[in-house]
Amino acid sequence: MKWTSLLLIISLLFSFNTVQAEGDGEFDAAATAFHHIDDANVFSIGPWSIPLPCILKSDDGWNVFSSGKFHIHGHGNGTMAIDGYVLNGGQVMKIKDSSFPKGEVQLLAETASHDDVHHFYHHKKVDGKTKYSIDFQGKHYDLDVKSTLDGGFLGGGITSFHDFSITKNVISMILMSLLLFFLFRSIAKSYARREGQAPSGIQSLIEPIFLFIQEDVSKPFLGHKWQKFQPFLMCLFFFILALNLFGQIPFFGGANVTGSLSVTMVLALFAFFVTNLNGNGHYWEHVFWMPGIPAWVKLILTPVEIMGVLMKPLILMLRLFANITAGHIVITIFVSLIFIFGKSGDLPGAAYGASIGSIILGLFMMAIELLVAFIQAFVFTILTASYIGAATEESHH
Amino acid sequence: MTGTLAAIGAGLAVIGAGIGIGNIGAKAMEAIARQPEAVGDIRANMILMAALIEGAALVAIILAFFV
Repeated sequence: MKWTSLLLIISLLFSFNTVQAEGDGEFDAAATAFHHIDDANVFSIGPWSIPLPCILKSDDGWNVFSSGKFHIHGHGNGTMAIDGYVLNGGQVMKIKDSSFPKGEVQLLAETASHDDVHHFYHHKKVDGKTKYSIDFQGKHYDLDVKSTLDGGFLGGGITSFHDFSITKNVISMILMSLLLFFLFRSIAKSYARREGQAPSGIQSLIEPIFLFIQEDVSKPFLGHKWQKFQPFLMCLFFFILALNLFGQIPFFGGANVTGSLSVTMVLALFAFFVTNLNGNGHYWEHVFWMPGIPAWVKLILTPVEIMGVLMKPLILMLRLFANITAGHIVITIFVSLIFIFGKSGDLPGAAYGASIGSIILGLFMMAIELLVAFIQAFVFTILTASYIGAATEESHH
Repeated sequence: MTGTLAAIGAGLAVIGAGIGIGNIGAKAMEAIARQPEAVGDIRANMILMAALIEGAALVAIILAFFV
């Protein structure tokens, strides 16, 4: 109870800190929510920003530097421009106008307040797309966001530069992979050391989870070949679980790794290739020429089956992405209630009142999200296991 | 206008998924009440089925927002 109240007080303090940081001006809850689930070139812990390496490629060549060179102020906004790149809301953007001076350019005084830095970067919606710009020395400069390979489907496309940086998501994945590696290595060692004895320490935490996946997922779905696919399924489960849980830690990076379509797409592609490369003749026969039905039905069924093969990884990708992103957005929107009720700082009383409600709702949502973190990792694993099981099942005609 | 229609479409998809997952939950509870010793198997299959229905609803929601 003591710890819960301490947490509440800390969250309250942080939320008021953010109230001041958001300051005056129009408050856009949707934009705030999307800013918080996006990838970033800084890793923020509470009010502090940890710079990350930037690896950028444009027509002018490669640029490699630390994002600390942008002199990050609150909210991941930089006060410096490096070779035409600026840091806006934690994300590197490029000034479109090539006449902008190269090298390090001081955009704002180091002593500028968080509000001034925040309002230096403008954004407005044009045809559903957000356009970013800055005004510097009386001139208006448009900003380009990094290139994405979605071809405009999700509002991205190829722009004037590519971002290969070690971003917040990448650093979270590296951290979690290292953690899992050392965790499981130490557990493996203690199994060798304590053979035949009861598990102890961290062993007793992981063993039930591991056995649960083994007994409830691997064995029933994969039959006698379960040992062949066990490492893949365990990797999937613990990788997704670790990243889901890491994303739940408040004020610590707030990484939304499993809520990023690129990450879930790669995981789903792994599932797709493992399933189809291990598919036997029996499986492919059922896809292309379902036995035991009239020929004219096969003409309809074959396209449907082929679509099914492609839909399975697509749905795996979307399910994990949508569940984790939705959870993060709901929590951010609950925090946004403070600003909506306080009308962006005009009504401090209402903001204080709303913050009590929104923190309780936020904590409730976080508790639900802990459950979702487990369920989604489990669902991804069990579905992958069932697809692999269906593809490797032996004929029983 | 398109945004409103998309929201209605997403809402309809959620109603369908809600009915489906509700049915799964109800039947699973019934099954557990009848055969409490099979609770582990029933729970795992319940989550699997709910995930499959959720997949259909997700396709509908994504189509509603991107088409």
